[in-house]
Amino acid sequence: MQTRQYWRRNLWLTGFLLLIWFVVTFVASYYARELDQFMVFGFPLGFYMGAQGALIIYALIIAFYAWYMNRLDRQFSTSEGGD
Amino acid sequence: MNDSSAQLRRYYTLYSASFFVFVVALAILEHYGMPPRWIGYAFLFLTLILYATIGVMARTSNVAEYYVAGRKIPAVFNGMATGADWMSAASFMGLAGTLYLSGYQGLAYVMGWTGGYVLVALLLAPYLRRFGQYTIPDFLGARYGGNAARLVGVFATVLASFVYVVAQIYGVGVITSRFVGLQFEIGVFVGLAGILVCSFLGGMRAVTWTQVAQYLVLIVAYVAPVAILSYKVTGIPVPQIMYGQVLQKINVLEDRIASDPAELDVRRLYLARADSFSARINGLPESLAVERRALSAEIEKMKGGNVQMRDVFALERQRRELPKSPEAARDYWESLQQQAAQRGSELIRHTEPFPGKDEAASDTARLNFITLVFCLMVGTAALPHVLARYYTTPSVREARNSVFWSMLFILALYLTAPAYAAFAKYEIYSNLVGSAIAHLPSWIGAWGKVGLVSIEDINHDGILQLAELSLNPDVIVLATPEIAGLPYVISGLVAAGALAAALSTADGLLLTIASAFSHDVYYKVFRPNATTQWRLVVSKTLLLVVAVLAALVASQKPATILYMVAWAFSLAGAAFFPALVLGIFWKRANQAGAVSGMVLGLLVTMYYMVRVQFDTIPWLGIHGIGMDPWLGIQSTSSGVWGVAIGFVTIVVVSLLSDPPNREIQNFVERVRYPDVFRR
Repeated sequence: MQTRQYWRRNLWLTGFLLLIWFVVTFVASYYARELDQFMVFGFPLGFYMGAQGALIIYALIIAFYAWYMNRLDRQFSTSEGGD
Repeated sequence: MNDSSAQLRRYYTLYSASFFVFVVALAILEHYGMPPRWIGYAFLFLTLILYATIGVMARTSNVAEYYVAGRKIPAVFNGMATGADWMSAASFMGLAGTLYLSGYQGLAYVMGWTGGYVLVALLLAPYLRRFGQYTIPDFLGARYGGNAARLVGVFATVLASFVYVVAQIYGVGVITSRFVGLQFEIGVFVGLAGILVCSFLGGMRAVTWTQVAQYLVLIVAYVAPVAILSYKVTGIPVPQIMYGQVLQKINVLEDRIASDPAELDVRRLYLARADSFSARINGLPESLAVERRALSAEIEKMKGGNVQMRDVFALERQRRELPKSPEAARDYWESLQQQAAQRGSELIRHTEPFPGKDEAASDTARLNFITLVFCLMVGTAALPHVLARYYTTPSVREARNSVFWSMLFILALYLTAPAYAAFAKYEIYSNLVGSAIAHLPSWIGAWGKVGLVSIEDINHDGILQLAELSLNPDVIVLATPEIAGLPYVISGLVAAGALAAALSTADGLLLTIASAFSHDVYYKVFRPNATTQWRLVVSKTLLLVVAVLAALVASQKPATILYMVAWAFSLAGAAFFPALVLGIFWKRANQAGAVSGMVLGLLVTMYYMVRVQFDTIPWLGIHGIGMDPWLGIQSTSSGVWGVAIGFVTIVVVSLLSDPPNREIQNFVERVRYPDVFRR
């Protein structure tokens, strides 16, 4: 039972983060022309997303995944020990 | 663990400090008149000696140390090593140049080569680490059972890694020939020596620690010149933030250039030239003879008149270099026609996404952009030399953290590359374009000699128009210090950085190829009883053989090398990505499915790239195989088809055949869950 719960949480997280990844990569690129109407820090937004925005979000995705999964591993190992 | 980690940090702090002192010392010596060539030598040999020392100190005869560095590399250092492993000569030299030349379109590489790490982090690295063997084919072999999946994996590893390693060694040849004036072929073998001292004695352990050292050199070398440039232009040395302003200035300059009558005139002249080549191609085979007669007539006329011999020689050379056969003439003129048409085409706006002459062309450009990003990402998450790095961390936890560190260290370069392009473009557009050709700065001549810069005054007005300047992408990074008028020691530093980038990637790749042969083919398939000592002997011998072969290929200066590197991503993605991901996330995937999916994915990718890219393959005697791309997708993105077909095939074939046995299902469970769940 434990294993199934662990795996389900992992899959949800992975799916959710991949969705963010997909949006900032492909959806943002697809609409780059439209996004260019907005400016951030002096950059057109479409260009900014490809040059910096998406990259920073990638780093955040990876950091969150590592933090969450490492915590999940610890939680499950202590509950296993406690049983 | 913590003790050794603190000690490592001390070592590398000391190392960075001494490197800094070394650079400053050279700067002082330059000020007192040390010639540039000596500075080049100092950088080349001192860094090589440094890497060699680390390589020799980290020598080993233990199998686990040799293949996976004893799984003792802390997350931060593994991140740095991955960064160096990952950032190749192409990232270091080519990326900023590509962004310079194609503006927004070049961002496909920036996104693709970083976003792939999201896939590595979420879908592969922790599971591979929990599996905990030596190579990527190892995983395929264990997951799908039998040797078939393993051997297909070996084939794909070697195919993708070998082209890539050739490109690195080629890069070393370019750098050494430019900066220390070695002959290209000799430079290639100096590079070879540099690679071998790192990987030969100590395998993964030595490669890891030299890669950490190389990362530090390459990142300083990459960021320093553009930070100085940023300081000169904007007063703040943080190029990554300041280039937004510069982009706006570029926009203004672009408006001016695009409406300059002389510039328009030059572009018209290039288009006229492109048309004349088209006419000649259409007139084949007669046009070749006509061309030769016209040249001969002109030479005769000149010989009679009062002209300089130099001009006559130039024409004679032109006549000599005319292609011999109509087929060769077609290829030759087509390339000239494309060149002229490109130079005559409208100015590419730096920040404009998907430029095209109409809606349809723009949509095709967008489709190509998105598919290229996809292929680069999937390829990143499938290149064996990167994935194998995550076997070297002490735990699954550290593997997850390590991907994050890798990403941070890689971002340091990828966030800078677009800034590099913007600052270089600003310098060139504002200072170079519109100046007198007789008084151009000296770097143009120096790089012209190596064939990376060329200038043609097509409208004979003595003024440089933008379209008259043609730059090889590599030159942007290599020449920026000179473009910005910085001292030569910075140029030397950049060369050392480029060298570090090329060597570190080549090390990782060579080791991956040698391990695939020695571990997966020799040990796992042919001689499961071989002693560990003998396995290492085989591995080291193979490393030597592969390295020499790669250097020999590189010294031939293969022309299509850049295309081939882009192809390596598509090939690796199509071969590995579906099989690895489904192997972890879908228990039902079985051997028949995986093998047929990998083979079919590879075949479709290769079929598409060859037929879209080439019409004839002279050395195989094949003609007329060219085809129109499907949906207008270029050959560099051919992995889209391969990956899609790979996934579909694995699913369909697996469902049509028996599910994998109990043992393999247990294996998948083991890879998915932490140890505590194992009962």
